[in-house]
Amino acid sequence: MVDIKLLIALVPIIPLIGFLLVSLNVKRFVPGVTSVIACGSVFASFVIALALFIILLTSPEGTQLEVTLFNWISAGGFSASFSFLVDPLSSLMLLIITGVGFLIHVYSIGYMHGDEGYNRFFSYLNLFVFFMLLLVMGSNYLLMFVGWEGVGLCSYLLIGFWFKNQDYNDAANKAFIMNRIGDLGLIIGVVLIFVNFGSLQYVDVFAKATSADSSVITLITVLLFIGAMGKSAQIPLYTWLPDAMAGPTPVSALIHAATMVTAGIYMVARNNVLYSLSPVALDLVLYTGLITALFAATIAIAQNDIKKVLAYSTVSQLGLMFVALGLGAYATGIFHMATHAFFKALLFLGAGSVIHALHHEQDIRKMGGLRKHLPITFLTFLIGVLAISGIPPFAGFFSKDEILASAFEHSYLVWGLAAFASLLTSFYMFRLLFLTFYGAPRAGEYAMSHIHESPYSITIPLIALAILSFAGGFMGVPEALGGSHWLSEFLSPVFAESASLIEHHHLDHATEYALMGTIVVLTFVMIGVAYAIYVSKQTIPAPEDAHLGVVHKTIYKKYFIDEIYQTIIVKPLYWLSHAFDIFIEKLGIDRIVNGLGGSVEEGSKTFRLLQSGSIGFYIFAMVIGIIVLLTLTVLI
Amino acid sequence: MTLNLFYFLSFVAVLSALLVVLSRSPVHSVLYLIVTFFSIAGHYVLLNAQFLAVVHVIVYAGAIMVLFLYVIMLLNLNKESEPHKSNLLKIAAAICAGLLMVVLVGSLKGTDMLVQQAPSDIGYVKNLGQVLFTDFLLPFEIASILLLAAMVGAVMLGKAEKPDDNKIHMK
Amino acid sequence: MIPIDYYLWLAAALFTIGVLGVLFRRNAIIIFMCIELMLNAVNLVMVAFSTYLNDAAGQVFVFFIMAVAAAEVAVGLAILIVMYRNTQTTDINVLNRLKW
Repeated sequence: MVDIKLLIALVPIIPLIGFLLVSLNVKRFVPGVTSVIACGSVFASFVIALALFIILLTSPEGTQLEVTLFNWISAGGFSASFSFLVDPLSSLMLLIITGVGFLIHVYSIGYMHGDEGYNRFFSYLNLFVFFMLLLVMGSNYLLMFVGWEGVGLCSYLLIGFWFKNQDYNDAANKAFIMNRIGDLGLIIGVVLIFVNFGSLQYVDVFAKATSADSSVITLITVLLFIGAMGKSAQIPLYTWLPDAMAGPTPVSALIHAATMVTAGIYMVARNNVLYSLSPVALDLVLYTGLITALFAATIAIAQNDIKKVLAYSTVSQLGLMFVALGLGAYATGIFHMATHAFFKALLFLGAGSVIHALHHEQDIRKMGGLRKHLPITFLTFLIGVLAISGIPPFAGFFSKDEILASAFEHSYLVWGLAAFASLLTSFYMFRLLFLTFYGAPRAGEYAMSHIHESPYSITIPLIALAILSFAGGFMGVPEALGGSHWLSEFLSPVFAESASLIEHHHLDHATEYALMGTIVVLTFVMIGVAYAIYVSKQTIPAPEDAHLGVVHKTIYKKYFIDEIYQTIIVKPLYWLSHAFDIFIEKLGIDRIVNGLGGSVEEGSKTFRLLQSGSIGFYIFAMVIGIIVLLTLTVLI
Repeated sequence: MTLNLFYFLSFVAVLSALLVVLSRSPVHSVLYLIVTFFSIAGHYVLLNAQFLAVVHVIVYAGAIMVLFLYVIMLLNLNKESEPHKSNLLKIAAAICAGLLMVVLVGSLKGTDMLVQQAPSDIGYVKNLGQVLFTDFLLPFEIASILLLAAMVGAVMLGKAEKPDDNKIHMK
Repeated sequence: MIPIDYYLWLAAALFTIGVLGVLFRRNAIIIFMCIELMLNAVNLVMVAFSTYLNDAAGQVFVFFIMAVAAAEVAVGLAILIVMYRNTQTTDINVLNRLKW
């Protein structure tokens, strides 16, 4: 019987070893060796995560496995240990991270084939997996923060992977800086937690939470959510995510769809006790998520880059997840996060397959008619689009429907807006599908004659994710449809305390059926509209320099948010730093530092004159010295 | 009576010392210094250190001062031809010396409490010799080596140089 | 008996005159002689204390000081002669190479 603690510790360590092996041999390894090591390490972690999951399943209710590796910091009243916690929530996340991560690693073998930074890419991917595992497995805020920052770092490294292009570097900078702005809130929140609760371990904090002052809890949760805003791309810190599409497509799939951006969701879910104690914070989460979901969905309908559409879709879906969390339906939020990981990764990988087939063409205005040439890609992409639109029985239907049901319990307005965002989602996703795969080919003769289906290393992960997108929803079938909602049963120990703090009204089955039916029908209507516009009428979005109407132009230019940020925030900061440079740096500090050196020089110039060489002067100085010494001896 | 002798000898010592410093001709300075040495030898006798008094006269007045005279005559420094230091420096020097005097005297304050022991005979040759050759034998031997080194050094330095040896040209 | 501080006063005076001479004069030989004067003042103090404290070590030390003074004068005058050979003068201000 293998020691469980060893198993738990191995889960993040194996990708770390993979990272070290590959990164130290970047110039030496052939791509084959790197692929085996990198994919093998993530697969090994997946197997162990699966084993832990089974152990948790077969253990009695409420089990948590905790292992302390070593006592990390012990300074005065502050101590933090390097300890891992495996409970239902984190084991689910482990499976997603290692499982989807493994599939994306395999995909990258095909996608990054021939790239000169192949080894470097895999080393970064492994490092990312390691940090993400630290984030979800840490049993205290400090380890979570280490993982939080680490994934931000890896995101920066991977977005700017093709570093010879300055635009990509700028995008990487933008992502990292916006993350850091959010992290300020997170850090202050963690410090407040320590000050008020005296410990950073989850168990300690959650035990004392109910007896703490409610305004303190509100402040802490709001600050933590600011961190989540940055990491999970909610308003106002979301503009980095579309620009992050500058990275290679596997990066977009792994980091900006399935794992890193879900760190915010994980954090709120982990802190569900704190959030449930603070209705203000829950409302903040709810409305931020709702507005973001709507906002991003409206931008997505006018975008023409295949990855940007998917990026705004991610922002919008994250908004929906936060809506679920804000309603107190934590298990629902996690459920949607899991299904979203499947179908969004699938969509991104499918888009990558298309881009790969068309030799790095990303503009959908130059695609079209790829259905027959890329059959597997088309099928899997179709499954992904069906899943995200919420068509039963695909995965997205169950999770999205649960969110809408919880929204309906809360207020009709929230339900209406969330439903509208979902309908927009289905519209723009099918628009994307139709423009990419249907109609006459617009890619040009050369591209179309050389087009071929992607290699197995790309298509097999697509198929695997398609299966998951189809079947993934079955872990959370609600009772209204005859299921037992296995997932919320599994996660109930984690959210048990919150369940007692928040009032949940349950809808009767009739209302649920009505809601489900309404949404499905309206979704089909949207699909029909999209079909009519883009397939029947064969509308192609306007080219770059066309004259657009005011509304269309505003949406296409992303509501000019980037420009607004540039003017309001970036330019004044540059001006301020320039002013500091002139006044404080050059006139102040440089003068002091150089002045010290200069004064020493001047002093030494003066003292040098003492060495005049004339013996008479030396003797004089000696006598004076003797007098001074004797005086001092006599006086003292 | 001893006190009067003391005063007389002190007066002679201080006066001749001043004249050493202030006289123009180097030869005169040497002669005055010899007078000073003699008076100090007289002080030694008053202090019952007879051996030292004699040795003092022989070594200092007899050997060292003769050496000085030889060198002065070798260098033909009979006349006072050197330019003097500026008056400012002289005043500064005098002030310094005065300060030094004050400090020295101040530091030696409180020593008049010392009670003199019974007049002893440690100054006699026999007793001094006994102490010298038993307790201080090692320094005695090393002093002889020191004198040897000094001799070698002096001879080496004073050797007449051939014209093509390296000469330091000083400006 | 003569109190010891009289001797100390005398020695201080002689020492000070020696210092005065060293500071006053520019002729190297005169400076040497004043240094001898200082040494003698110290000798006087030593002998005085030796007598008053009945300790022979003082006189023995004077003995050694005299030996050393003799050696020092020999070598010092030899250096002086070398200096004179090179610069044709005994003015100490000429020897100003001991600087940077």
